[in-house]
Amino acid sequence: MSKIVELKSVFAGYNNEIILNDVSFEIFDDDFIGIIGPNGGGKTTLLNVILGLIKPVKGSIEFFGDSDANKNNKIGYLPQINQIDKKFPISVCDVVLSGLIYSSGIFYKHPKEDRIKVRETLERLGICELCDKPIGELSGGQMQKVLLARAIVSSPRLLILDEPNTFVDNKFEGELYEILVQLNKEMAIIIVSHDIGTISAYVKTIACVNRGLHYHKSNKISEQQLASYNCPIKLITHGEVPHTVLKTHNHSF
Amino acid sequence: MINELLQYNFIINSFLAAVFASISCGIIGTYIVTRRMVFLSGGITHASFGGIGIGYFFGFNPVFSAAAFAVLSALGVEFLSKRTDVREDSVIGILWSFGMAVGIIFIFITPGYVPNLMTYLFGSILTVSELDVWLMLGLVLVLIFFFTFFYRLILFVAYDQNFARTHKITVDLFNYVLISLVALTIVLNIKVVGIILVISLLTIPQSTANLFSKNFRNIILLSIVIGLVGVFTGLLFSYKINIPSGAAIIFSLVIFFVLAKVFQAIGRRSILRTKTKKTFV
Repeated sequence: MSKIVELKSVFAGYNNEIILNDVSFEIFDDDFIGIIGPNGGGKTTLLNVILGLIKPVKGSIEFFGDSDANKNNKIGYLPQINQIDKKFPISVCDVVLSGLIYSSGIFYKHPKEDRIKVRETLERLGICELCDKPIGELSGGQMQKVLLARAIVSSPRLLILDEPNTFVDNKFEGELYEILVQLNKEMAIIIVSHDIGTISAYVKTIACVNRGLHYHKSNKISEQQLASYNCPIKLITHGEVPHTVLKTHNHSF
Repeated sequence: MINELLQYNFIINSFLAAVFASISCGIIGTYIVTRRMVFLSGGITHASFGGIGIGYFFGFNPVFSAAAFAVLSALGVEFLSKRTDVREDSVIGILWSFGMAVGIIFIFITPGYVPNLMTYLFGSILTVSELDVWLMLGLVLVLIFFFTFFYRLILFVAYDQNFARTHKITVDLFNYVLISLVALTIVLNIKVVGIILVISLLTIPQSTANLFSKNFRNIILLSIVIGLVGVFTGLLFSYKINIPSGAAIIFSLVIFFVLAKVFQAIGRRSILRTKTKKTFV
């Protein structure tokens, strides 16, 4: 177990509005962290800081292990699907290949091994037959798998998924989590979800982001704990059959 | 004899202009359509009229001032659109009308009669000068070079900017270069179809091509072919029934689009029919 990313009292936000307040957070290479929290609480902002898409206003973010851990292929990223233009004329193979853009040579030409890697990744996710299809013809679940393939084709050390369970059916969701559990043997995973009910069965730890960050080092979380974290989200109970209980929540900030 | 030669030259010029316009608009138009930048392109087109007015007033070739005006306004919009507290489409609206206003004011205060003003508004391919043709050729070469050698980069960044950013691609620089190429393409094609109609060459062939292909590169190639056919059909009509060339070109492009749509619908229905027949048999 070795540390790969460390955030030290990070303040971050957009246009002078600070959304993340004094967040300290460590990620280890075998982590499987579920990030929960209310809309506007800073989940995506936190991801953007880790991805290097926004710079912290204050505080620091550090990458360990490989000296180039913060470069190129070391972080795989699956964005929210509604940020993707489904009408864009691009094939599945080309989308996945874009995950390897760091390894392309002069004028962004890819070596042959890259195309083999793309094939292997698609095979692993069971969507090899989609390779030459334009993305406009995919279902929501297939699209998520393609984006997941793009995120993992570079064998990253850290995989970041932003709401991968939107616009997909329950069957796909279960399938996705099984894949993630397998992937977790090779890389750390951070998954953002509004639905703690399902993810808590798979993740190892839970972090609640609501302006600040509360890190809960287990996947069992109680109502009292959530209340003390100021985290107005769906509640779960653990048992044979996972189910969710909606809790009304009074809460001011 | 001299007259005949002159005629020969301007025919050659407009022929070349039509070919270069189809190529440059086919390439840049595909980028514009897939990135959903049509409104922005309309804004840049109209803003460039400000440059044309300034060119007339100070007495130099309006193409150069229009190019400067268009590139600067394009870079301005691109810069502002990165800020989340600015509505990009409102900025485009302001720029659109401001450019036109600047153009109108400068043309109004330019002493004497302003020749060829209408050629800029509605286009007149027969008045394309040799300099215009050379500039268009230069643009076409730059575009072919850029879209051949940076094809993967263009495809990936256009598809998902944020993902490209996480791979440490300098997306901002890329966007500035591409938007400048868009502005230059627009300005150099204004003579062919005019400010009011240039957006058609950047969108109609691409929309037609997109009916048949979902591949970025094929849409570019198909758009160029469709653009060529449309432009020359339009010129033929314009000559035969004596109507303005710009409008005739757009008209034929739209006719081709509608025909393609109809053929596609018929094709789909017959595929469906054979499929249902098979299931019944």
